[in-house]
Amino acid sequence: MKKLFIVAPLALCASVAMADDLQAKTEAMMLKSFQANGIASLDRQKQDEVQKACSSPTLPDAETMKRLEAAEMATIQWPADGNYTGGDWKEGQKIAMSGRGLTWTDKTPDNNGGGCYNCHAMDPKEVSEGTIGVSLEGYVKARGNSEEMVKYTWGKLWNSKAYNACSDMPRNGYGGILTETQIRHVMAYLFDPASPVNQ
Amino acid sequence: MKKQFKVVALSLGVVFATPVFAQEALNFDAYREMLADGNPAELYEMEGEELWRTARGSKNATLEQCDLGLGAGVVKGAAAQMPRYFADTDRVQDLESRLMSCMETLQGIPSEEIIKGKFLKGERAKVAALVAYVVTHSKGEKIAIDLSQPKVKEMYALGEKAFYYRTGAMDFACSSCHSQDDKRIRATQLPNITKPEGAAAGWGSWPAYRVSNSQFWTMQHRLWDCFRQQRTAEPIFASDVTIALSVFMAGKGNGAEAVWPGVKR
Repeated sequence: MKKLFIVAPLALCASVAMADDLQAKTEAMMLKSFQANGIASLDRQKQDEVQKACSSPTLPDAETMKRLEAAEMATIQWPADGNYTGGDWKEGQKIAMSGRGLTWTDKTPDNNGGGCYNCHAMDPKEVSEGTIGVSLEGYVKARGNSEEMVKYTWGKLWNSKAYNACSDMPRNGYGGILTETQIRHVMAYLFDPASPVNQ
Repeated sequence: MKKQFKVVALSLGVVFATPVFAQEALNFDAYREMLADGNPAELYEMEGEELWRTARGSKNATLEQCDLGLGAGVVKGAAAQMPRYFADTDRVQDLESRLMSCMETLQGIPSEEIIKGKFLKGERAKVAALVAYVVTHSKGEKIAIDLSQPKVKEMYALGEKAFYYRTGAMDFACSSCHSQDDKRIRATQLPNITKPEGAAAGWGSWPAYRVSNSQFWTMQHRLWDCFRQQRTAEPIFASDVTIALSVFMAGKGNGAEAVWPGVKR
């Protein structure tokens, strides 16, 4: 009995040490197996806190999620002039359709697409739409256009991780994927009554 | 309902008229069936078979003594058991990295030339043709990776970690797209690689001939493009992460039938 007592904590230590070892080997591999190419530098192989916490099949505990989300929330830049939806939905549509940008074959880091249609349904007439994200068809009809909803949508576009730390959605504003002006165009695509999304 | 109707019509149009324009993949089974009889990968297979028997390199030798794991020169069934551990290189190797070793040791073609090369060009294109030849001789075989071998086992564990490793400009991991059933990016269906049937579908149908760009892509090429779209830095040809992910997919798909070489949109 006494012996078992000693063995159990030892075994636990060993398995924790093995997990740490595997983690260290993984991080080393994710750096060493890659090379910089064009705008895709090796910095991209290093994880930030959110990426690291969300790199397993199971979510972090609720407390960690909350803490991460609060930190991400603090990164959101709200429009200083309160202009959330005054963009051009036609420009927003182009951004939503385009999945271009930020690969090692792209030349510059600006004028990226939002890649929205890769994962979301938006215009009900568009057939080629992904299904990883929720459907955004009839956005205003389904969700309304209250001040709260408008602000939430801006925040979600800017930094999705503020609302769900392990969201599959990229952090468009925080990550420098889309500019503030581009996000305003996408907002118009979602909220403008004339936008195909709301037909 | 209306939308479904349109999708079917589009797929039919694609199958009968313009496969190159295939926006679909929604009705992919019929599409693949149509092409299975005349898979253009056959051309690469023939080229690969010739390369296997042709004396080349500074040593002016053929690859007929290359050991793909089942003994020198044995091609039949070899691909179905790869990646595997090779004592002579002390590495876990996939088919491509193994061919690269054989080309270096038997023929004197430097691996660096392939690692630093580009897909579809030079010696790396020759590796792809050889891959087409070798996998054809495992067509219909069951995927059978030896996961009990300690180094293979470790690669599997690393592959699983890499699969979930979120990084890069868009926070993506392989799992962002490949961990749920019946999901699509645009109109392209995504295998759920966390399940044996999805892993087998992913692993067991590459290399493949891609109709949309008339190119033959190996698994190394496929993984490279996945990472490009993930917005990571560029994975190095035959690097550990590519082997680890291959072991993870092949190992999870163990027992399923391989349909090599595949035909893809």
